[in-house]
Amino acid sequence: MPDRTDLVYAYDGSFGGLMCCVFESYALKEIPRAIRPPDVEDSLFNTAKWIKSDEQKADRVFNSIPLKISPQAQELVKLGFLTCAPNKEFLIYQFLRLGFKHGSKVMTMLTDDTVCALQKAVHHLTRESHKFKGFIRFSIFGEVLVAVIEPKNFVLPLLSPHFCDRFRNETFMIYDKTHSMALIYRSQKAELIFVDELTLPTVDATELEYRRLWKQFYNTIAIEGRNNPRCRMSLMPKRYWGQMTEFNNNNDAENPSGSVQLLVAETATEIAPNAIGFLDSSFQYPTRK
Amino acid sequence: MSDSAKYDVACTSSGVDRSGKQGSLGSANKSGICHSFSADGRCISLLKVLLTNVCIFDCKYCVNRESNDIVRAGFTPLELAELTINFYRRNYIEGLFLSSGVIISPNNTVEQMIKTLELLRNVYHFNGYIHVKAIPGAENDLITRLGLLADRMSINIELPSQDSLKLLAPNKTKESIMRPMGLISAKIQENSSDLVKFRHASKFVPAGQSTQLIVGATPDTDHKILTLTEALYKKYRLKRVFFSAYMPVAEHSLLPSLDIKPPLMREHRLYQADWLLRFYGFEAKELLDEQHPNFNLEVDPKCNWALNHLDKFPIEINKASYEVLLRVPGIGVTSAKRILTARRSGSLDFSGLKKLGIVLKRAQYFITCKGKIMEGLKITSDVAISTLMSNQYQLTSQGPEQLTLFDEPPITREDVQQCLTGQI
Ligand code: SF4
Repeated sequence: MPDRTDLVYAYDGSFGGLMCCVFESYALKEIPRAIRPPDVEDSLFNTAKWIKSDEQKADRVFNSIPLKISPQAQELVKLGFLTCAPNKEFLIYQFLRLGFKHGSKVMTMLTDDTVCALQKAVHHLTRESHKFKGFIRFSIFGEVLVAVIEPKNFVLPLLSPHFCDRFRNETFMIYDKTHSMALIYRSQKAELIFVDELTLPTVDATELEYRRLWKQFYNTIAIEGRNNPRCRMSLMPKRYWGQMTEFNNNNDAENPSGSVQLLVAETATEIAPNAIGFLDSSFQYPTRK
Repeated sequence: MSDSAKYDVACTSSGVDRSGKQGSLGSANKSGICHSFSADGRCISLLKVLLTNVCIFDCKYCVNRESNDIVRAGFTPLELAELTINFYRRNYIEGLFLSSGVIISPNNTVEQMIKTLELLRNVYHFNGYIHVKAIPGAENDLITRLGLLADRMSINIELPSQDSLKLLAPNKTKESIMRPMGLISAKIQENSSDLVKFRHASKFVPAGQSTQLIVGATPDTDHKILTLTEALYKKYRLKRVFFSAYMPVAEHSLLPSLDIKPPLMREHRLYQADWLLRFYGFEAKELLDEQHPNFNLEVDPKCNWALNHLDKFPIEINKASYEVLLRVPGIGVTSAKRILTARRSGSLDFSGLKKLGIVLKRAQYFITCKGKIMEGLKITSDVAISTLMSNQYQLTSQGPEQLTLFDEPPITREDVQQCLTGQI
């Protein structure tokens, strides 16, 4: 294949769009040197080649992964798309090229730079999502549980099965400030929506009381003779603290309005509460507007 | 109330996977979830409380002992259930860890605990994790009922020998602790065969049982503690044994004085050894014996073992079995598995190992890749490593490679992480 060193693909930011980039590269026997999401501007000297999304092409690529490589590779690619690796599109692309060449063996090529980098990025994602399973704090407004998080990776799809299962009969929302997205679960259904702004009502006395009790528990549980702040910091880095009740000192004065208000930017996508299967070809990686 | 429960270290919520149920609240996750970390760096996962700190027993090492003059208080079962549910819905906790001082009698105490758990399970439909502490001396029937409501049950042995018990916990006997422990393990066994027979048999402590041993309150050696630990895993099929460095909370002629520092390093070494027993295929007698009854505080137990068995090293990374890889200092479970995976697509060299994320700091002395030792490594013969070991206290002025093997500041971040993830 000719290696055109100046070739750059640009795509619409959807998972399917990325699959189409892979399709294009194979169909035209050309190798791009980068793949760019839509929000990155063309620089003066390189204009990117726009790859149009096409559901059929995307499905062909996506469905061939478990057959030609392995189901695990498909899973890795799906997860890779949720990571915050800055060059994740190109990593996935390179990984797939390797995979189509070596077959299922690619999953054992841990010393290869691409495989190693993609696995690292995915590991970062899954570890972060696992941390949030514990570190998320809900506040209760009436009957609705609301939590705010600021993750680096797009962890909501991974958190969804866990919380939908645990809080089956609740109504809850997890707002991802970094990606301006929210996971909303009500009447046994989960959906992901774009949310630009979230205004929370004043918390009531019960909520304040339980926050106080929790802080008290948190502070009593530590044994003084064993204080080890460095150890705590490495297990629970400061960046998580902002949204955690036990570290919140500004005596909880929230905005003085009546109910939870969402500023919804785009329409909702319903997702299956128990799978990340919703990540189909139309899935868009959320970027801040 | 949690003030007196905090000296209990068993804070894991792991061991059982249970998905949510229609109409109920909660689930359980096999690998455990930490919800926070306290200032002392320990994971907070469960709401750890005492139903009451009133106690008719007089264990010398305990703040709640009858003879201690402290304010006594307690929860009603309803209060405690409400608190648990409200913490759980806010995702503060993974579940409840319920313990209690002994009120009126061991039986009466267990009845109160059963009442609390019944309320949680049947009225509030709480399906999350519950760890409950059995009270030494309570009747079998009551322990059984308690076990059917909980995910994990523990009875703390605390003191590793009958003699120490007699001195420091006059109301407890080996029998009063070991009988319920035996009962629980028998019930778990019985229950697992019941479950095969009747799919709907209710589960008896599905996450198994655990116990805690105090380190440093009595003269018992590490060897004694570790051998006991091994027996508990083998004989009673315990899921976990926890160690707790003795924190002086009481002045007593039989106890270490109040200003003594808790033996944190010793506790840490015991935890490392505990991982070696559970996941690395080591036996207690390989790590310690009558001649060496205590751990070397300078070197971790696995490194120590390797240094005493230099004839078994170096091993070839591309040929060694999983079991052998696990014996290399610096190679943990994850690393060993990654090596096996990567070997399937080609042989590994040192730069490959680095890419796999394997820390060579210690491992380099014990391995070869494709028959070669690491480039630039100065220590090549067994004798050199052995000399290093015997000279370890004078090492500070020597070369950097030599330093890295033994230079171990008291509990580093890496150590703690190793201990939590078991990568030793
Ligand atoms: S039984 Fe012993 S250890 Fe337990 S609360 Fe009473 S005095 Fe403390």
